[in-house]
Amino acid sequence: MNWKIWSLKKSPWVFHVNTGACNNCDIEVVNCLTPKFDVERFGVTLVGSPRHADALLVTGVVTAQAAPRLIQAYQQATKPCVVFSIGACACGTGIFHTGYHVVGPVDKIIKEIDPNAIIAYVPGCPPKPEAMISGIVKTLNAL
Amino acid sequence: MEVIRHLFLLFVFPGFLFTVVIGLYACWIVRKVTALIHHRIGPPVLQPLYDVLKLLGKETLIPEAANKAVFIWAPVIGFASVLLLAVLLWAVDFIPASENGMFLGDVIVAIYLMVIPSLALILGSSASGSPHAAIGTAREMKLVMSYELVLVMAFIVVLIKTATFHGISDSQNEAQLLSLSLIAQYSPIMSISGLLAFLAALLCVQAKLGFTPFDIPEAETEIAGGVLIEYSGALLALWKMMQAVMLVALPLFLVVLFMGGIGAGFVPILKGIVKYVVVLVLLILIKNTNPRMRIDQAVKFFWFYCSPVMAVAIVLAMLGNYYGKWWL
Repeated sequence: MNWKIWSLKKSPWVFHVNTGACNNCDIEVVNCLTPKFDVERFGVTLVGSPRHADALLVTGVVTAQAAPRLIQAYQQATKPCVVFSIGACACGTGIFHTGYHVVGPVDKIIKEIDPNAIIAYVPGCPPKPEAMISGIVKTLNAL
Repeated sequence: MEVIRHLFLLFVFPGFLFTVVIGLYACWIVRKVTALIHHRIGPPVLQPLYDVLKLLGKETLIPEAANKAVFIWAPVIGFASVLLLAVLLWAVDFIPASENGMFLGDVIVAIYLMVIPSLALILGSSASGSPHAAIGTAREMKLVMSYELVLVMAFIVVLIKTATFHGISDSQNEAQLLSLSLIAQYSPIMSISGLLAFLAALLCVQAKLGFTPFDIPEAETEIAGGVLIEYSGALLALWKMMQAVMLVALPLFLVVLFMGGIGAGFVPILKGIVKYVVVLVLLILIKNTNPRMRIDQAVKFFWFYCSPVMAVAIVLAMLGNYYGKWWL
């Protein structure tokens, strides 16, 4: 196996992007770092800058205001970088799909600028921390 | 042969390779002890190594607004200087000065080498052209200004105590006093002024390492990583390795100054490891039990609380030297 991918699997640093979520998914993301779930066991660390990130955890329907920021954050992240769509809204805009301010699910926005982007989906409203950990593990194994 | 021996000293043991390995291990200790305090399990032993490997394999971005040369060379300079400091300290511990006649450096050299990583951080972050990094730079500068005075005062206490222990009179060579090998023979922490100096120096080292409560320049929750915000890939790996080596060099420096160093031989090395780990765990405990200060609070803390205490400690040490009382 390529050593770059191998070491990436061992220490995925995540950056949290909120693109118009109701804060419910955000709380569950933070929940993963608590003593009960402790994702630092797998080397997952929350970082403050997309430059340091190996994965973007995107929560929320992408609003018209948030879309340019999401694109910017994705472009600033160093590649290889995985995009996680966390929650029903991020995966497919959920109950807000008719909203006037909604410009699309996360994958649509990201695919517009990078057709080869690696995108993972963790549905749920909000997804349980177990679901997120399972999603991260499955994605890393598929790399 | 002599050249090969010196290169071996610099690059393998006790230089680059050995220090980086110990540093990454110390990084793991920091994260593991932090996790234990939180009642978590924490990362595996090789986690810091995985982090560095991953960063080396990632894309390295240089911002358009950045000054390229400074941006790239700052981490290299910082890493090199802190590595040199570590080699110096290992050499003081493991190689008796009489054996090789090399110049092993003195306290003054060590003080300069300890400032360079902070200066490199200031240079690198101000060259990155990011407003967040600019705030971080300003804070780092103020932090260096605030703790450096206290740190030097603590060194002065150590020098006076060494003179007391060693019994150097005015007529003898005073320059000898500055030598780290001589200082490493005594442990001033057993005296009152030495203990005060140790506590103050411990807080300064806390600030140098960028640990809470003095992680003001990095402050992830308010300025998103501050000084390191624009660094990525291999350059970020260099910064991480620099911080790892600092985690070896600075506590080791405290051990050499205050606790009588490590020394060669099985039992002294075992004792030395215990001393180093005690200092490291003290730093981690302070890190995990305190909230972050504001920069003005940190400056006030060092200038108006630590400095007067250190002045008292210097006076105590002088009195002890004058009256020949080693415990003062």
